Amino acid sequence: MATSPLAARPVPDVETEEIVAVDHLDFFYGDRQVLFDVSLTVRRGEIVVIMGGSGSGKTTLLRHLMGLMPAQPGKIRLFGKDIARLSEGEMQELRRKMGVAFQSGALFSSMNVTDNITLPLRELVQLDEETMAIMARLKLETVNLSGFGDLMPSELSGGMVKRASIARAIVMDPQLLFLDEPTSGLDPAVSAQIDDLVLKLRAAMNMSVVIITHDPKSAFTVADRILILDQGRIVIDGPPDLVRASRDERVRNLLQRRFEETDIDPAQYLRRIMGKDEDAHP
Amino acid sequence: MTDWRLPLRQVGERTVAVLDEIGYCAVLVFQSVYWLAVGPRARQPVRLGATIDSMIDFGVQALPIATLLAATIGIMLAIQSLYSLGLFGAQQYAYIGIALSVAREFSPIIMGILVAGRSGSALAARIGSMTINQEIDALDVMGINPVRFLVTPALLGFLVMLPCLTMWANFVSIIAAGFYVSAVLHGTLAGYLRDTLDVLHAKDLWQGLGKSVLFGLIIAVIGAVNGSNAKKGAEDVGRVTTRAVVQSITLIVVTDMIFAYLTTH
Repeated sequence: MATSPLAARPVPDVETEEIVAVDHLDFFYGDRQVLFDVSLTVRRGEIVVIMGGSGSGKTTLLRHLMGLMPAQPGKIRLFGKDIARLSEGEMQELRRKMGVAFQSGALFSSMNVTDNITLPLRELVQLDEETMAIMARLKLETVNLSGFGDLMPSELSGGMVKRASIARAIVMDPQLLFLDEPTSGLDPAVSAQIDDLVLKLRAAMNMSVVIITHDPKSAFTVADRILILDQGRIVIDGPPDLVRASRDERVRNLLQRRFEETDIDPAQYLRRIMGKDEDAHP
Repeated sequence: MTDWRLPLRQVGERTVAVLDEIGYCAVLVFQSVYWLAVGPRARQPVRLGATIDSMIDFGVQALPIATLLAATIGIMLAIQSLYSLGLFGAQQYAYIGIALSVAREFSPIIMGILVAGRSGSALAARIGSMTINQEIDALDVMGINPVRFLVTPALLGFLVMLPCLTMWANFVSIIAAGFYVSAVLHGTLAGYLRDTLDVLHAKDLWQGLGKSVLFGLIIAVIGAVNGSNAKKGAEDVGRVTTRAVVQSITLIVVTDMIFAYLTTH
């Protein structure tokens, strides 16, 4: 549950329909509690960024939101439906409204980029080959990967894998998009391209987007709302300006530590690890 | 917790883990049958192309090594049969032991072990690396059932191709043994084969084929279950692959013994 007074603030320019609603979710791995009383909502057309350090429960929360883990105590509603009460078939129908781009890309290594993108169409909709090829081409254009459809995933750079993964995630025109660390491991220029892509997709398709990231720069660029997890608890949930202005020590620690890492000068870092930096070793 | 409780707890946890794995095997088989039956009506059929690819991979591409192994087993059986029967001056009856042991025992078990090592391990490694790379999660979230997409085509491939390989191994082993025996006893291959066909009945062939179907089921399910247990990285893929091969071969041998006991009593 959000502990910040900012949690209840309305987010401008988004509709009020709740696409994702999590109520009082707890989760245990064996004896260890990973999520504590987590509640959040994502409205139609809203971009919500979930941030937190390693082991804060971000991935566990994301897996719950995607319906890959059963809610223990707590309730998860997607598109207004309690997913614990859905049959396998109903859950499959619901998943057609969702797209996911995983941190690793999760492209199928035995298929080229086009086949990866058209896989959901081929398996779930059974369109003719020509229509699928057109749709794949359109999605590749959307993510700036035109002409790369015949390449295998192993032939793509890290940024291209992320973009191909996003193309596959949006091929069914989902209403809800999950992006797991979309900018991790990418240089700032490519990260900025991914951020632009996310904003473009939201503008074009009015989809709700949930992003898990460690990258504050990216988060503050794209988010309508930022939610910070610390040791399984939501410590703040609000618009970027208010998160930035937060005086909560856990929020400050997370944001400042990350900014220091992001902004470090490579030459200074090299001097530091070689023991030649006087600032680092006074 | 006091020390004497710790071993008990570990035994309990291991027992639960084993039961969990057995239950998961049953779920995989059930889901595979379900998708075969319901998939076409739900407009999510089991992929024919992937099934054919599996058959080619597990069966056709295994033919050279299967042929070599079958011929070697046939000749080895011929050498041992001629030696042991020679002690009683009954070398001319070697074809009986060779034909029955090849069709009822050696072909299915050798082909089972070959396919477990060659293709069961590949299935475990493939599913293991897909699990680690989140490809299985991706299938799930796309609404594509991973069992229908990955396991059922492989299961069908094993169920069809293992009996085919077993029949092929019967043929190759008996021919190879025939060459050796007829050369040693100065007979003809045609005469040897005629005698073999007289002694070999359909039930002997069915016994071997029945086992091979069971072995195919074991290899597919063990490979898939172990693959889906990979969690940490490339090292874990190696671990689950080795585990899949060891478990498959062990279960094949144990099942063979039980099957032999039940069908000969």
